[in-house]
Amino acid sequence: MGSQGGFYQSKEFLDLVKSIGEARSKAEEDRIVLSEIETLKRRISEPDTPKRKMKEYIIRLVYVEMLGHDASFGYIHAVKMTHDDTLLVKRTGYLAVTLFLNEDHDLIILIVNTIQKDLKSDNYLVVCVALNAVCKLINEETIPAVLPQIVELLAHPKEAVRKKAIMALYRFYQKSPSSVSHLVSNFRKRLCDNDPGVMGATLCPLFDLITNDVNSYKDLVISFVSILKQVAERRLPKAYDYHQMPAPFIQIKLLKILALLGSGDKQASENMYTVVGDIFRKCDSSSNIGNAVLYECICCVSSIYPNPKLLESAADAISRFLKSDSHNLKYMGIDALGRLIKISPEIAEQHQLAVIDCLEDPDDTLKRKTFELLYKMTKSTNVEVIVDRMIDYMISINDNHYKTEIASRCVELAEQFAPSNQWFIQTMNKVFEHAGDLVNIKVAHNLMRLIAEGFGEDDNTADSQLRSSAVESYLYILGEPKLPSVFLQVICWVLGEYGTADGKYSASYITGKLCDVAEAYSNDETVKAYAVTALMKIYAFEIAAGRMVDMLPECHSLMEEFLASHSTDLQQRAYELQAVIGLDAHAVESIMPSDASCEDIEVDKALSFLNGYIQESIEKGAQPYIPESERSGMLNISNFRNQDHHEASSHGLRFEAYELPKQTVQARIPPASLASTELVPVPEPVYPRESYQTTTVPSVSSDAASTELKLRLDGVQKKWGRQTHFPSTSTSNSTSQKTVNGITQVDGSNTANSRTRETYDSRKQVEISPEKQKLAASLFGGPSKTEKKSATGHKSSKPSSHMVKSHAPKSSMEVASEKTSPVQQPPDLLDFGEPTVKSTAPSLDPFKDLEGLLEPTTQVSSAVNHSSTAAVTKSPDIMGLYTETPAGAHHKDSDILSGLSNSPMTNMVGGTTTMQVAQSSKSPNLKDSLEKDALVRQMGVTPSSQNPNLFKDLLG
Amino acid sequence: MIHFVLLISRQGKVRLTKWYSAYSQKERTKVIRELSGLILTRGPKLCNFVEWRGLRVVYKRYASLYFCMCIDEDDNELEILEIIHHYVEVLDRYFGSVCELDLIYNFHKAYFILDELLIAGELQEPSKRTVARLVAAQDSLVETAKEQTSSITNIIAQAANFTIKMLHKGYGPWGSNALHLESLLLVDVCTRLVDQH
Repeated sequence: MGSQGGFYQSKEFLDLVKSIGEARSKAEEDRIVLSEIETLKRRISEPDTPKRKMKEYIIRLVYVEMLGHDASFGYIHAVKMTHDDTLLVKRTGYLAVTLFLNEDHDLIILIVNTIQKDLKSDNYLVVCVALNAVCKLINEETIPAVLPQIVELLAHPKEAVRKKAIMALYRFYQKSPSSVSHLVSNFRKRLCDNDPGVMGATLCPLFDLITNDVNSYKDLVISFVSILKQVAERRLPKAYDYHQMPAPFIQIKLLKILALLGSGDKQASENMYTVVGDIFRKCDSSSNIGNAVLYECICCVSSIYPNPKLLESAADAISRFLKSDSHNLKYMGIDALGRLIKISPEIAEQHQLAVIDCLEDPDDTLKRKTFELLYKMTKSTNVEVIVDRMIDYMISINDNHYKTEIASRCVELAEQFAPSNQWFIQTMNKVFEHAGDLVNIKVAHNLMRLIAEGFGEDDNTADSQLRSSAVESYLYILGEPKLPSVFLQVICWVLGEYGTADGKYSASYITGKLCDVAEAYSNDETVKAYAVTALMKIYAFEIAAGRMVDMLPECHSLMEEFLASHSTDLQQRAYELQAVIGLDAHAVESIMPSDASCEDIEVDKALSFLNGYIQESIEKGAQPYIPESERSGMLNISNFRNQDHHEASSHGLRFEAYELPKQTVQARIPPASLASTELVPVPEPVYPRESYQTTTVPSVSSDAASTELKLRLDGVQKKWGRQTHFPSTSTSNSTSQKTVNGITQVDGSNTANSRTRETYDSRKQVEISPEKQKLAASLFGGPSKTEKKSATGHKSSKPSSHMVKSHAPKSSMEVASEKTSPVQQPPDLLDFGEPTVKSTAPSLDPFKDLEGLLEPTTQVSSAVNHSSTAAVTKSPDIMGLYTETPAGAHHKDSDILSGLSNSPMTNMVGGTTTMQVAQSSKSPNLKDSLEKDALVRQMGVTPSSQNPNLFKDLLG
Repeated sequence: MIHFVLLISRQGKVRLTKWYSAYSQKERTKVIRELSGLILTRGPKLCNFVEWRGLRVVYKRYASLYFCMCIDEDDNELEILEIIHHYVEVLDRYFGSVCELDLIYNFHKAYFILDELLIAGELQEPSKRTVARLVAAQDSLVETAKEQTSSITNIIAQAANFTIKMLHKGYGPWGSNALHLESLLLVDVCTRLVDQH
C-alpha cells in the first residue's frame, strides 16, 4: 500500500508535521517552523550525513518552504543531491530544486551539468526525471547546453521520454522562440507518433505555433480533422477514455487548434463541419467532461467560418447550459453566448431572462462573466442600462484589479455609445468619484475636452447648458469628503474655466470652493496647481469683465503659502496669479480670454510679423540673415550679434539661428521677465513690436497655465466634438439599422418577445417581475420601446407578461406596414401600438398560458425542494464514520453526494454508475481508512476539531 | 496554461503548491493568502471558478481539501475541473482510497505524481494507466536501489529497531495480540541474522 510509504520517515519528521497540524494559530505554526529551520540548518551542514537522512532533510526543507518560509539556506544541498547516482536520491533532489528555484536563480548553472549527464543516462527513468527539471529550470541562456540532447530524445524508444522531450522543446519555444525555430518541423513529425500520449503532447506546442502563424499550418487541417475523427470514433486505446468519453482532453486540444485554423477560412472550415457536428451529437451532456468538450465545440463553431447547422447545435447547447441548475454550466453558457453573439447576435434575445438571472445571482464570478457578456453586446440603444449596472456593481466591490477593469470598460462604452453629452458627463462623474484613482489620466483629459468643445459651434446654448450642468454637479460633488486626485483636477479645471461663465455663481463663491480644495488636499501638488490656475482664470475673467477683484482672505494666505512653496511649479503659478491681478483689464483679456481653451494656437514659425523690422534694418545697412545650412564654417560673430542684438542683449552669447517663437514667448510670460523686456531699450519703431504683442502673446498663452494642458490634449484621440461624433452615429445607424429602427428591428424584437415566452415556458418560472422584463427589454430588445409603453401607455396597469404576449401574435406584415416610421418618435409608436394590441389580443388568451405555466413549476419546485432537503440531511457526519462500520458506510455514500454536488450534474445522471462502483468497493475502502486511522492514531495524530476530515477519502 | 496548483485544507493550511509560472517566495505567500481568503469563503452552490487578477482560478473541494488550479482567461474551465478530478483519481489509485492524511505525510509522492500528470503547465498524460505505470516504475526502482545500497547490517539494524519499538509499545497497528506474535518472530529473525554475521 502506497500510503505506508510515508511512514518510513523518521519520528522527528512525523512529529513536525503533526505539531504543525495541531498548531492553534499562525504564530504558533511560525514558531515551530522557525525552530525546525534552525535544526535543519545545523543538521544539513554536518559532514557525512547518510543519504537517506539527507533525503529526508531535503523533503523537510520542501515542507518548510511550502508553509511559506525561506529555506534558501538548503538550496545548495538540494542541488548537490541531484548529482547523486541513485535514482531514489536523485529524484528527491530534482523535485526539491524544481520546487525551490525559478529559472533565473544563480544555482541553475550548477545543475545544468548534471542535467546534461542525466539526459544521456541509459535508464529512461533518470532521463524522465531530468526532463522534468529541464522544463522548469532551463532558462534562455542555458537552452543551447541541453538542446541537442533533447532533440535526440525525441526519437527515444520510450514514449514517456519522447513526450517529455516534446514538452521540454515546447517550454524552450515559450521562453525563446528563436532558439528552437529550426526544430519546429519536429513537432509536425511527432504528431504522427504511434503513442497517443506523445501525439497529445505535440498538440500543445502546435497550438502555440498556430496561434502565432496560422497560414503555414493550413496543410495540417486534414490531419487534425482525421485525428479528431479517430478519437471521437474511439479508435484510441481504452486507457485514454475518461468517464466513458474517448480521450476528451485530446479532443479539446484539437478543437482549440481547429478553431484557430478555421477562423476566417471558409475552405478549411468546410473540412471541419462534419467532425464537429459528430462531436456535438456524440457528446454526453450529462457529464462534466462531456460539457467541457461541448463548450469547446461551441468555441470552435463561433470561431470558424459560420455554418448554420452547427450554429444551431451550438445555440442548443448554450441554452442547455443556461437552463442548467449548475452554476458552472451557467457560467460556461454565458461565456459561450458571448462568443456566439459575435456571429449571430439574435441568439442573445432568447436567453435574456437567463442572462438577467445570472446578472442578479449572488455568485460574484457569474455576475462578472455576465458583465463581460453585456460589455460585448452593448450598442447605442442599451448603453445607458448596461453602464448604469456596471457602475453600480463597480461601486459595490473592493477588488481593485477588477474595479479598474470595469471602470475602463464603463469609460470605453460611454465614449463609444453615449446617447448625450450630459449623460456622458454624469457617467464619467460617477466613474471618477468611485474609481478615480484607477482610471487612466487620458480619460480625464478627454472629459475636459468634451466639456470645452461641447456639441459644436452652432449650438452655443446647448454647450453652455452642458457646462453649467457640469459646474453645478461638480460644486455638489465637492461636498464629498474624499475625492480621487484625477477627478479633482477635472473639477478644478472646469470650475476655473466655466465656474462663473453663466453668472449663476459669484466669483467669490467659486474661488472659495477652489481654496477649500487646495487646502483639503494639501499634499497633492497636482491638484493644488490645478486649483491655483483655476483661481487665476476666475480672477482674470473678473478683471476682464471690469469688475473689482476682491481676493478672499483664505486665498491670500494660500497664495503666500504657494509663493514660498518647495514646488517650483506651484511657485510659478502663484507668481503668475499675482502678476495677472496687477494688470489692467485690457491686458488681462488678451492674456486670459474667456472660454478659449479650444482655440487653436497659431504659431507663426516664419516670424512674418518681424518682416517690417527686418526690412527696416536691412535698409539701415544690416546684413541679411543667412540660414545655418548655407553658412560657411567661419562665422562673423560681430555681424551676427549686430543683426540680432536685441535678442542677444537679454540672452548673451548665442550661436544658433533665431529661436522658435514659442520659447521666447515662454520666457516672457513670467512677470519678472515681462518687466525686464520693458526695461530693455528698444531702439526699433513701435509698430512691429505691437504687432508682435497682439498676435503672438494672446494666441500662445491663451491661458498661460493651460498651455501645457492643451498641449497634452493634442495627443488624445478625438472622440468627441461635432465633426467626429456625427458621422459615427450615422454609420452606426446604417450598420445596425436592422436592430435599431428599421422594420426588421421591430420584427426581431417581436420574435424576441415570442421567444421570451418560449423560454419563459421552458424555464417554468412562475413570476418574472415586471422590472426584470423591463430590464431585459432595455438590454436586448428595442430599447426604450417596452419601457415607454409600460410607462406612458394607458395599458401600463396591465401585467407586463400580458404586454409581452399581446405583442407576440402580431404578424410582421402588419408591423411592416405600420412601423416604417423610425422608432425615435415615441408618440407614433404608442398610437399604432394600441390598436394592434386590441385587434390581436383576443386571438390568444394569455392567462391560459399562465395557468399552463403554473403546474409544471410547482412540480419542479417540489422536486427541487426534495433534492435540497435531501442535500440537507446529507450533512457530513465524520466521526460517525469511525465509530460505526455499517452505518458509517451509508453516511459515507451520502458524503460523496454532498462532496460532489459542486460538480455539475455528474452525480445526477452520469455519476450513478461510478457511484455504484464506489459503493461496491466501499467496504474495503472503509477498512482501509479504519486501518489508516488506527495506524495514525498510534503515531499520535488524532483528528481534532480543527481537522476532522483528515481521514476522509477524498473521493468519498 | 496552468500557472500553479494549490492544495489547501479547509482551515487554510497548505498541503501542496506547484508553480509553473515564476513567482517569488513573497508573491507565493501573498497568492496563497489571497486565494485561500477568496475560495474558502465561497458557498457550496456557487460555481467552481473565481476571477483573480485577470486570471481564473478553478477549484474543487474533495472532503476537506481544496484543489485549486490557476489558468489563463481563455482556457476551458470545465476541462481544468476534470484535470483536477483526473489527478484525484490517480492519487486515489496510487494511495488506495486517498485521504488528506496521505497527502499530508506523503506530499512528496503527490508531487511526483503531479509531475507525471502535468508538465510545463499543460496536461501531459491523459491516461491514468500510463501515469500509474510510470510512478510505479520509479517506486520499484527506488525499492531495488534501496536494497542494493543498504548493506545487510542496515537491514538488521532496521528490523531490530522496528521490533524493539513494537515490543516497547506492546501493541501494533493491526491489533495487539497478532502483532505481539509477529514481533516475537522478528526478534527471532534478528538474532539469527546477528548470529550469522
